[in-house]
Amino acid sequence: MQNFDILLLAILSPLALALAMALGLPSGLAKKLAYVAFALPALAGICVWYRFGDAVTVGSYAFLTSYDTGLSGLGITLKLGLNGISLPLFVMAGVVGLAAGLYALQSAAERMNTYIMLLLIMQGGLMGVFASVDVFFFYFFHELALIPTFIMVGIWGGRDRNYAAMKMTIYLTVGAMLSLIGLIALYYKSGAESFDLITLRQAVLDQGLTAVAQNNIFALLMFGFGILVSLWPLHTWAPLGYGAAPSSVAMLHAGVLKKFGLYGLIQIALPMLPAGAAHWAVILATLAVVGNVLVIGFVTMAQRDLKQLVGYSSVMHMGYAFLGVACLSIVGAGGVVFMMVAHGLSVALLFLLSTSIYHRTQTFDLDEMGGLVKHAPVLSAFFVAGTLASIGLPGFANFWGELTIFVAAWQVFPTLTVISIAGVVISAIYGLRAAAKVFFGPQTEAFDKVLAEKPAVDLTWAEKLPALLLLAALLGLGFWPKAITTSIDASLSEIYPMAMSIPPTDAEMASK
Amino acid sequence: MTTELLQQAAAANQWTAIFPELMVGCLALLLLILEIGLPKKSHDIIPNIAIVGLLGIIGAHVFHYQSAFLGQETFNGLLKHTGTGQFMRLFFLLAATGVSVLGTVALKRQAMPKIEFFAITLVVAGAMMLLSQSNHFVMLFVALETITVGFYVLVSYTRTNPLSLEAGLKYLIMGALSSGILLFGIVLLYGVAGNPHLPASSAGSMGFEALRAFLYANPDNLIAAIGIVLVLSGVAFKIGAVPFQIWIPDVYQGAPTPVTAFLAIASKAAGFAILLILVSVFDGYQTLVVHVLTVMAIATIIFGNVAALTQHNVKRLIGLSGVSHAGYLMIGVIAAVQVPFAVGAICFYLFAYMLGSLAVFGVMTHVSGSDDADQDLDHYIDLAKTHPFLGAVLAVGLGSLAGIPPLAGFMGKLFVFLAAFQAGLYLLLGVAIVGVIISIYYYFGWIKAAFFPQWRPPVFEGDDPIPEPPRQPVGTSARILLTVAALASVLLGFYQGPLGQWLGLG
Repeated sequence: MQNFDILLLAILSPLALALAMALGLPSGLAKKLAYVAFALPALAGICVWYRFGDAVTVGSYAFLTSYDTGLSGLGITLKLGLNGISLPLFVMAGVVGLAAGLYALQSAAERMNTYIMLLLIMQGGLMGVFASVDVFFFYFFHELALIPTFIMVGIWGGRDRNYAAMKMTIYLTVGAMLSLIGLIALYYKSGAESFDLITLRQAVLDQGLTAVAQNNIFALLMFGFGILVSLWPLHTWAPLGYGAAPSSVAMLHAGVLKKFGLYGLIQIALPMLPAGAAHWAVILATLAVVGNVLVIGFVTMAQRDLKQLVGYSSVMHMGYAFLGVACLSIVGAGGVVFMMVAHGLSVALLFLLSTSIYHRTQTFDLDEMGGLVKHAPVLSAFFVAGTLASIGLPGFANFWGELTIFVAAWQVFPTLTVISIAGVVISAIYGLRAAAKVFFGPQTEAFDKVLAEKPAVDLTWAEKLPALLLLAALLGLGFWPKAITTSIDASLSEIYPMAMSIPPTDAEMASK
Repeated sequence: MTTELLQQAAAANQWTAIFPELMVGCLALLLLILEIGLPKKSHDIIPNIAIVGLLGIIGAHVFHYQSAFLGQETFNGLLKHTGTGQFMRLFFLLAATGVSVLGTVALKRQAMPKIEFFAITLVVAGAMMLLSQSNHFVMLFVALETITVGFYVLVSYTRTNPLSLEAGLKYLIMGALSSGILLFGIVLLYGVAGNPHLPASSAGSMGFEALRAFLYANPDNLIAAIGIVLVLSGVAFKIGAVPFQIWIPDVYQGAPTPVTAFLAIASKAAGFAILLILVSVFDGYQTLVVHVLTVMAIATIIFGNVAALTQHNVKRLIGLSGVSHAGYLMIGVIAAVQVPFAVGAICFYLFAYMLGSLAVFGVMTHVSGSDDADQDLDHYIDLAKTHPFLGAVLAVGLGSLAGIPPLAGFMGKLFVFLAAFQAGLYLLLGVAIVGVIISIYYYFGWIKAAFFPQWRPPVFEGDDPIPEPPRQPVGTSARILLTVAALASVLLGFYQGPLGQWLGLG
């Protein structure tokens, strides 16, 4: 155990400030400290990313530390560490969290103190999700981040907030419960009686699992995580929830927290349940491509509300990620990890900018906007860049993620790949049309009225800074994907082939 | 019992084994004496004496937690001191303390005698402590009746309130019925086990050891089976398990809020303490017991959650949600037949349930007017805005009861589910998951009422203004109780530490 644990620092610094605020820290001081608490995880992320190459690894995990919380008898310890898969997501969570925090601190939310406090809890949970090597704490931190989401949607949300908060709560609890049962099943069926991912992997390698157990557990995880990641047709909470959620919450949830499910599939389900994954792959790929990409793609095109549109487009892009998971290959999984990082950054950017647009137009209705470019050229430049990134234009990070997934999928599901490439055209149509409607074209009468009351100004520096942060990360990864692909590839090629080569324990019986 | 035996017992000086119970009893008597002795003006101090006294006993009990009598039988086999028993003693002491604090808040508003409440609470708590260590049907029945009779008085304590009287009557009738059923079961078991023609029969089969041996020797005796089912039914009344849950909503609503808390927390826990003992006694009829409990657990979870869905009165809501908690705990009891650590899981669950319930009931006593039975969800509108402290405590308490991580209630559910999974109870697990998901709706609905901005009908000139929801100022002792309950709920979610080790989880 090293003396200074940077991962624990990244998790605890937001949580500690939240606790201090709950116990009555004066709000002026709290607000100043909040900048530090949001910045520390991002700095920690960049620091570990820089040091990852030469770090000592145990079981492919670097920066490994473990703390006993009194449950070691049940095989539960707070074990923190990063491998090549979790590293990029950890960094991304830090960056998006910083952007969301900065954006929240400049906003004029009612009951600001509570808002920041809940956001800090969420941020602490998010850092914990990706730093946990223990499956139990992986789940635990996810819930820690999830609960504030519900409350924040309910209190600070926009239209339909009560309904949206309730629906989100019920859907996401169902998803979390299903995946928890799946994880408990894995805990017992693997014979490891431990939630430690390294021990679990070893136990699965040594003993293997029966095909039936693999099929059932994978189904639990696939549908449980599927609800959390908005797999069609279990997605209906997402656009509604994001439409109602305050901007920083939508950024953190759609950008980072939602990746929990995909991360779980890549890190836990695929390497440990290869036969189960193979059993469900076709169904998963079909649901993803036909449901998420095609159906939701068309639904997105029909949206008239800017925030709902971003929400639906985020659901649609999850289809690509699921397709990548269904490829069951290193290339596919690597593509998904890259895509998760890219999508997290781009969707956060779009949510941030839509709220900034709303402050200038006083509406999310696309039909009542137009001609904002004259008043806010920088904002429109950012929005167009964000849209292009989300479509997957070369030069932005999303391009590499989608391209890798398509390459991997072509070998397994050629027809579905063709359909999903067509989906890129769909996202170009709605993305560019939205940008055109908001910024270009003649000014509508409704917008004239708004302008008469409150003239629109361009992005302020407080809004520009978080947007710039996200855009820089998107462009950086777009031009230098190797910054994270090396580590992703190293970890995946270590974990995947080992597991894939082990047949289910009852395979011989089945073949006879 | 001959004189010799009595002399032996006296010589063994086993009274120290029940030192906490004796102290609780003495404290109850002290309160009554003080009521007579002290001038009327200084009566306000008496409840505080009860609370301080209880805290002292808790301290002494924790200090002597590893009692010298652990694992032994005392009083000629009436009592058996086990680790679980030690934990349950602590549990009931803590629950009585919490309920006493709630009592000081709630009784202030009633024109009722104020001292008897604390004395009866103490006696009932003492009886519960004995019950959780009983090793003999006589001990079990006497302790159980002491508890029930105490509750007859407590439930109808606000005797000017018709709903409280109605609750008292219902509890009396249902309680008498269940005592009758329990007694009938005991008699059947005693009778059949005393039949000299059967193997391993014994005249001392009121004692659990002899009965256990008899049941092992006669694995398919019909009369014994009927007796077992009747005894379990009598205990199911205490727990509030279907089909013996029918009294719960009315009694919970009518009883004064602190009494409702005492019923929900301690009475239920007492039922589980004795159920755990009985299940091990009835080990020879494992299949039967598991079947009966499985059917009950499924019905209890589904009924409790579905019935709670439509409630607007929060006391009925928490009563019915408590029914579903009984169902989850019964899963733990069934798992305990095969998985030893399930006992620890049940204890942890009960502890988390106590903390969450104390937090919620504590808020409820502060959000109620002079009519204790009228507590509606609508009274909670804007609570978080006007009383942020109460709002936060309510959120933590309800979250813990709903089993939302990172709170203690989640860990309790997780332990029980882990045990159930290990025991292979997949059907029950499935039902429990459905139940938990349904429960999110009503627990979250309550939080929603307190936190989210609600639409309120506009008041026009000339209309009667909408009455302000009742709110009480939070006193010092109540503030301490609520803070401790909420913080402990959070802390136990993150770090189980010594508690987990006591219960054999760590």
